[in-house]
Amino acid sequence: MTDAAARPVLEARGIVKVFGQHRALDNVDFAANAGEVHALLGENGAGKSTLIKILTGAYHPDAGELLLDGQPIHLRDPLHGQGYGIGTVYQEVNLLPNRSVSENLFLGRQPTRFGLVDRRRIDAQARDLLSRYGLDIDVRAELSEYSVAVQQIVAIARAVELSGKVLVLDEPTASLDRNEVQRLFEVVRGLKAKGLAIIFITHFLDQVFDLADRVTILRNGRKVATQRLDTLNTTDVVRMMLGKDVAFEHHPTALTGSTRGQVRVAFKGLNRKGLAPFDLAVHEGEVVGVAGLLGSGRTEVARLMFGVDGAEGGEILVDGRPVTIRNPAQAVAAGFGFCPEDRKLDGIFGDLSVRENIIIALQAKLGWFRALNREDQVELAGRYAEALDIRAANHDMPVKLLSGGNQQKVILARWLAIDPTFLILDEPTRGIDVGAHAEIVRTINRLREEGLALFVISSELDEVVAYSNRIVVMRDREMVAELAGPDIASDAIVQAIAGTPQEVRP
Amino acid sequence: MTRSLRPLLATTLIFLFAYLLAVTQHPAMFSTRVLGNFLTDNAFLGIAAVGMTFVILSGGIDLSVGAVIGFTTVLIAVLIMWLSLHPLVAFAIALTVAACFGAVMGAAIHYLKVPSFIVTLAGMFLARGGASVLSPDSIGIQHAFYSGVSKSYILMPGGGRLTVVGIIMLAVFAVAILLAHRTRFGSNVYALGGSETSAALMGVPVARTTIAIYALSSFLAGLAGVVFSLYTSAGYSLNALGVELDAIAAVVIGGTLLTGGYGFVAGTFIGVMLQGLVQTYIVFDGTLSSWWTKIVVGVLLFMFIVLQRLVFRAGPRRT
Repeated sequence: MTDAAARPVLEARGIVKVFGQHRALDNVDFAANAGEVHALLGENGAGKSTLIKILTGAYHPDAGELLLDGQPIHLRDPLHGQGYGIGTVYQEVNLLPNRSVSENLFLGRQPTRFGLVDRRRIDAQARDLLSRYGLDIDVRAELSEYSVAVQQIVAIARAVELSGKVLVLDEPTASLDRNEVQRLFEVVRGLKAKGLAIIFITHFLDQVFDLADRVTILRNGRKVATQRLDTLNTTDVVRMMLGKDVAFEHHPTALTGSTRGQVRVAFKGLNRKGLAPFDLAVHEGEVVGVAGLLGSGRTEVARLMFGVDGAEGGEILVDGRPVTIRNPAQAVAAGFGFCPEDRKLDGIFGDLSVRENIIIALQAKLGWFRALNREDQVELAGRYAEALDIRAANHDMPVKLLSGGNQQKVILARWLAIDPTFLILDEPTRGIDVGAHAEIVRTINRLREEGLALFVISSELDEVVAYSNRIVVMRDREMVAELAGPDIASDAIVQAIAGTPQEVRP
Repeated sequence: MTRSLRPLLATTLIFLFAYLLAVTQHPAMFSTRVLGNFLTDNAFLGIAAVGMTFVILSGGIDLSVGAVIGFTTVLIAVLIMWLSLHPLVAFAIALTVAACFGAVMGAAIHYLKVPSFIVTLAGMFLARGGASVLSPDSIGIQHAFYSGVSKSYILMPGGGRLTVVGIIMLAVFAVAILLAHRTRFGSNVYALGGSETSAALMGVPVARTTIAIYALSSFLAGLAGVVFSLYTSAGYSLNALGVELDAIAAVVIGGTLLTGGYGFVAGTFIGVMLQGLVQTYIVFDGTLSSWWTKIVVGVLLFMFIVLQRLVFRAGPRRT
């Protein structure tokens, strides 16, 4: 099939979506053709999910229009979209775990006889329908008794039955194993052959190359490109996802002054189910950067280090002494700090004041019976707010009213207050306006110069390059490469992430 | 066998075992006379518990049930004795008022996004208070219709009497079983209990269903009030104090998951019967304080909550 013959079924033109101050989507065009699988790629915060929500009717665009078969449409909600033929299957299956498979397929349109639901007919039709998807299961059993893969196929069957023009698959493979993925892909290929337009969202690049015909890549709310996949290789795709361009450089000037000190924290063979064992030592006054795509295991490593998820093996040494970290409280006691990826959900206490947010970790470390008095609290909050240049009208205002950058600095201040030995930062610049990025980067550099050991995860390659002494590259839940000194260059990182080993220096 | 059947099976077995135990000690309990009284005495609780079953299946709770029963008995007494209406007209008015009351609570729960616990708690105070305002004292009902109803029954083999109120309860259960398991409305109730988000995405009319569920619960509480009125021939604002809690207990003992989504109306019937059995046993025994009923119900409730945890914690997976 050539592009010229392709007919766009669902088209989005010039879509803009603004949340508060933040432009989540900026003039994005997108078109899904009949009989193609169109992959949508981008890191967290790139605007993927916002675009999908607009395409399915969950959000309303602030500007731009949607066209279905060339006709403009205005979707009120996903149900309305479904009526137009746009069906969606989400990662977390949005079906009813407590009801039978057949009821999940027919809810809302059960055939009735004399006002009563005709169960026998539903079951027969459900069996019939699923057999077309190569599924031979007891349709009267509860949905929750089946694996996620089967549930996904049931969800697809329902979506196709109800919609039948466009099928949106939002990370359907995230919790499937290899065989299940293949089974799902066979189903999707069958639907593609029937002429459905399929929009496929995932962060597994190999799956994109396996299944999709075209790819649209988003970055920071803008469309980078829409291209046929047979003209691309993995390196191209990773480059488009992570870098504005490949011209950014490592700034060795920022690092020449830093002399690496003693080993502060050492992880030896730390592992957990779904994460390969890793060894890592972080020195005093050193930043170890982590690069890798979403789902490569970056966040899992951070959670393991901080004891959010318990390790299944390996040991942790702080200043040469072994410590046990089975929960975050022990991590704090060992002098660790952790700024998580989702600041709003896991980081700040939105309704508490700036001051309370700053002292909370220190207070937790001190325990219930050594409460900080108010003067101490005010003094501490003032000191760190000044040190980190936190801009708030006063320190008694709720932290949720601050900008993203200042919230991030409040969390940093919280950990600095406990006088940490080791700080873990997961995506410190996510969701912060671009202008404030530089400031966070500066702060990280300053903390390093003050002798702190830091472990920083980021999908912004130019930033990682700007502050890291060493960079660890993760792929498929494994640390696959470590780059240091002059090796730190965007190209080497992109290639290590894409997994083209012939080009990566060991 | 589906997991949700297991608590129901357990309840049934416990009921049969308890009944057997009671009969071996008091053989007189094995008779249709006892059965007849059993159904009559628990009719109002059973009817209220049916409404509660729908509410709990959908993931909510209705604390106003006992107060609505009390209010209905007072309203009926006022309409018959003070306004001289025919009892059937009074029943129709009372049931309409109750259903509207429930619909308003359902609308508040859905549109104001307030937890059902709070809304129905407010409803409980309103209904109880309203009943006291209508009449703080008990009003006796003297009417030919009432005496006629109390005299009519179907004689069962063995001399047991199946009274009108007993028949009403059985009919309510029969209709409710069809409603829950064989209609779209029933499916929607279970869908809400499973996941409200998914249900909305799958096209379940969430607003309409929520309002209908609470209207149904209050309507059945009203019907329980009618039955209570026929049973006691009086209206009193403090009637049926705490019946909502007995109803919740019957629903949970009947195998319905308190968090919604799983359960059977038939289970509630056995739940009610089990509570009735304990009461009857205590009457037959004669030496036990009636408070033992509460203790047994408490123990049963606790057992069932533990049982449900065990059944639902680790579900078996098929491939």
